[in-house]
Amino acid sequence: MLNRKGRRWGADACVVGFSGGGVGAEFGDPLRERMVVPSLKLQDLIEEIRGAKTQAQEREVIQKECAHIRASFRDGDPVHRHRQLAKLLYVHMLGYPAHFGQMECLKLIASSRFTDKRVGYLGAMLLLDERHDAHLLITNSIKNDLSQGIQPVQGLALCTLSTMGSAEMCRDLAPEVEKLLLQPSPYVRKKAILTAVHMIRKVPELSSVFLPPCAQLLHERHHGKAVGPPILCFRSMDRRIENRMGTPAHRRMVVHTHRHTRNRLSCPWPPPFTSPTLTPGILLGTITLITELCERSPAALRHFRKVVPQLVHILRTLVTMGYSTEHSISGVSDPFLQVQILRLLRILGRNHEESSETMNDLLAQVATNTDTSRNAGNAVLFETVLTIMDIRSAAGLRVLAVNILGRFLLNSDRNIRYVALTSLLRLVQSDHSAVQRHRPTVVECLRETDASLSRRALELSLALVNSSNVRAMMQELQAFLESCPPDLRADCASGILLAAERFAPTKRWHIDTILHVLTTAGTHVRDDAVANLTQLIGGAQELHAYSVRRLYNALAEDISQQPLVQVAAWCIGEYGDLLLAGNCEEIEPLQVDEEEVLALLEKVLQSHMSLPATRGYALTALMKLSTRLCGDNKAAILEKMPLVERDGPQADEEAKESKEAAQLSEAAPVPTEPQASQLLDLLDLLDGASGDVQHPPPLDPSPGGALIHLLDLPCVPPPPAPIPDLKVFEREGVQLNLSFIRPPENPALLLITVTATNFSEGDVTHFICQAAVPKSLQLQLQAPSGNTVPARGGLPITQLFRILNPNKAPLRLKLRLTYDHFHQSVQEIFEVNNLPVESWQ
Amino acid sequence: MQFMLLFSRQGKLRLQKWYVPLSDKEKKKITRELVQTVLARKPKMCSFLEWRDLKIVYKRYASLYFCCAIEDQDNELITLEIIHRYVELLDKYFGSVCELDIIFNFEKAYFILDEFLLGGEVQETSKKNVLKAIEQADLLQEDSKPRSTRLHSCVKS
Repeated sequence: MLNRKGRRWGADACVVGFSGGGVGAEFGDPLRERMVVPSLKLQDLIEEIRGAKTQAQEREVIQKECAHIRASFRDGDPVHRHRQLAKLLYVHMLGYPAHFGQMECLKLIASSRFTDKRVGYLGAMLLLDERHDAHLLITNSIKNDLSQGIQPVQGLALCTLSTMGSAEMCRDLAPEVEKLLLQPSPYVRKKAILTAVHMIRKVPELSSVFLPPCAQLLHERHHGKAVGPPILCFRSMDRRIENRMGTPAHRRMVVHTHRHTRNRLSCPWPPPFTSPTLTPGILLGTITLITELCERSPAALRHFRKVVPQLVHILRTLVTMGYSTEHSISGVSDPFLQVQILRLLRILGRNHEESSETMNDLLAQVATNTDTSRNAGNAVLFETVLTIMDIRSAAGLRVLAVNILGRFLLNSDRNIRYVALTSLLRLVQSDHSAVQRHRPTVVECLRETDASLSRRALELSLALVNSSNVRAMMQELQAFLESCPPDLRADCASGILLAAERFAPTKRWHIDTILHVLTTAGTHVRDDAVANLTQLIGGAQELHAYSVRRLYNALAEDISQQPLVQVAAWCIGEYGDLLLAGNCEEIEPLQVDEEEVLALLEKVLQSHMSLPATRGYALTALMKLSTRLCGDNKAAILEKMPLVERDGPQADEEAKESKEAAQLSEAAPVPTEPQASQLLDLLDLLDGASGDVQHPPPLDPSPGGALIHLLDLPCVPPPPAPIPDLKVFEREGVQLNLSFIRPPENPALLLITVTATNFSEGDVTHFICQAAVPKSLQLQLQAPSGNTVPARGGLPITQLFRILNPNKAPLRLKLRLTYDHFHQSVQEIFEVNNLPVESWQ
Repeated sequence: MQFMLLFSRQGKLRLQKWYVPLSDKEKKKITRELVQTVLARKPKMCSFLEWRDLKIVYKRYASLYFCCAIEDQDNELITLEIIHRYVELLDKYFGSVCELDIIFNFEKAYFILDEFLLGGEVQETSKKNVLKAIEQADLLQEDSKPRSTRLHSCVKS
């Protein structure tokens, strides 16, 4: 292999086959040709990779280097193996394959050099995993290192075992780890303890192996001998300790420890590798191990409940006097240890009255004394709250915990607000009244800019709604709905609707609330909202007028929100008469006339924003209106119905008609656009579509009667009528008028609307109008709109005559009127003169 | 803790410590998705998020994101302290640490982490003890190197 240009060598160069030497070292045989393979240092490789301008360039560099590394592995260079592996680990982190380094890890671990072991173990943790059998190969090396290695090496082995140790490895190596638990060196012990935690997680049966040493670890606080007489400064505490701890030996030990911690300044922590004395590291590991044991084994749980007093004491000492400053953060003594102890206490106190009681005072103490100015203190406080809420704590303590969370909500640090909201959400069911007290603060959190906080605030707010605060809460929530981020809209809307359903103080309030939700966030409500609202309105009879008025107004402003449009359409269909009646004491009077209403519904029907279901609602509404609305002077128009086979059998037309009826009466399978416009044209002239059986069919039966009755509308706005009206009768202020319509599509048809008006001072009652035509014509009379015409221009009676005149015979019409007027019966029979020629030609 | 990831603002991975057994493919997938999720967060958002069934605690220090995945019963606030302690350790070791230090000395970053956490749990709460342990290990490493290469070792202290 030739030297590569551009590569740095010199001291970097290694000679293959030559071990331990470098430039300047003597060569054994100067004549023998050496193959010099320069190998990059790790940092140079990194630099080169980072210097690559493109992905492709980077790949090239890496592939080249990996080839070198592979070759180096093949050639088995022990000197630089660690460096090659380090480089490989780097490119592995960038995402490139590195599996060919797995065996090298093994070799490095087996080496006696510390450098090799360090990198080798690191490689094992990164490249070997329990899915591949190769990982088992390091078990032996680990075993050797654990039993014979120097402390740092033991440390490496333990670290690796706790990171990637599989169940099999753990079973194999448990005895070694167990031995190390009680070794003198705290450095190794603390690692062994945490490795035991991992082993128990992997192989729960190993709990039995690690439980016995645990207890001893906890009691073993000090190896050294007592120095001088114990100083009993905290008499009462000591007495308590004395009463709790049985044997004098224990007491001595504890008292001595006590003094030890007070003299912390004079006893700095010794270096980790050498001293046998107490280190908090062991305590922390021990607590962690006990926690793991208790979580997995009920027997362990029972066993360790006995040490609750001891734990309480340790934590109390920590809180009141602390360890050295090197373990504290922002004035809080070793928060990591505090949190771990609190966690263990939680597990021990759960569902256990006695233990819970023992820790009550301590928890209160920690809760009140911990400095909350920085995150470390708040972390401890948070853990305390979690513990209080999970054990059988006194009621006062629980309230204290909730209040701490309430205070957290006011903290300027949003992380703290986040954990507070999350915790309160968990507590809102069990400690509802305590959480209620913080409702205003929770509601404030709705204004959070961070969506994950406002989401939690929303959930919590909804959970806090009850019958006494519903009005105020709804106001807040509705304000939130208007401005909240889109992904929260649906939840907010349905939350509001649900709460309204449960706690609505009045029906009207309920309707208002739903209306507001539909207008603000209509597109986000659930499907059943429409059905619920229609049912609600339907059931509140006294609010029909109010509802329809409000819905009409809302619809008039905006027809894009589908649920709103659907409900509004339905309501207008049902209560359109109330809408037009014009009076509603609850809101301002509004003059709405039919045309506006119908135009609005037509707009909905035609709008491209309307879903098929919405169109269905609009159609149904229009159908209903056709039978409910009562206009004046409107001639009924029959148009565009596909019936007009005037010679054809009526039965056919009837059949066609009922098919139409069936189609139109269903809202759901609604006609598509083209059909809709046909119907629209029909409705333009406001012919009621068939199928609606609101009014009884008119009294005049005749062969095609059923057919025509279905198609009839009593009052419709007239299309432009070229045929002039005709006044045919007048007597004492009572007039009879005829108006004529010849529909262009059906030249044989003549529609006459007879209108009876009364400008006298007396009412006209029992009014009946009958008619007769020549035999060549066909006449059908529809039922009149009424029998009474009130005095002084009261509502007229209208009646529709249909005359079929296929032969264009001259029209002649005889009328017979009977009615009561001024307490007299009147009867008039006459023939109508001056019938316009256009009416039959 | 289930895992800890360090990555740059461009999404480049600088350190990955996994405390749960997962295949390489799964690790890559998780890393990719989580990096995306965290990088999409706005600066004013809180440091916690829920992702899959895990709680994610992350914090940005200069150009590096420190991201930990913890379990449901773990305390998020103390995890923030864990992250901060790790950064302090790196800072003390490298002297005003920056991303480049971690790039060029990634093995050291792992070694330091391994003296602070073990199996996902805190093993040593004293900064001094952790740094002392690293120092002594570095010295050992120095001692074990062949004479000639020692001149070119770059153990920063």
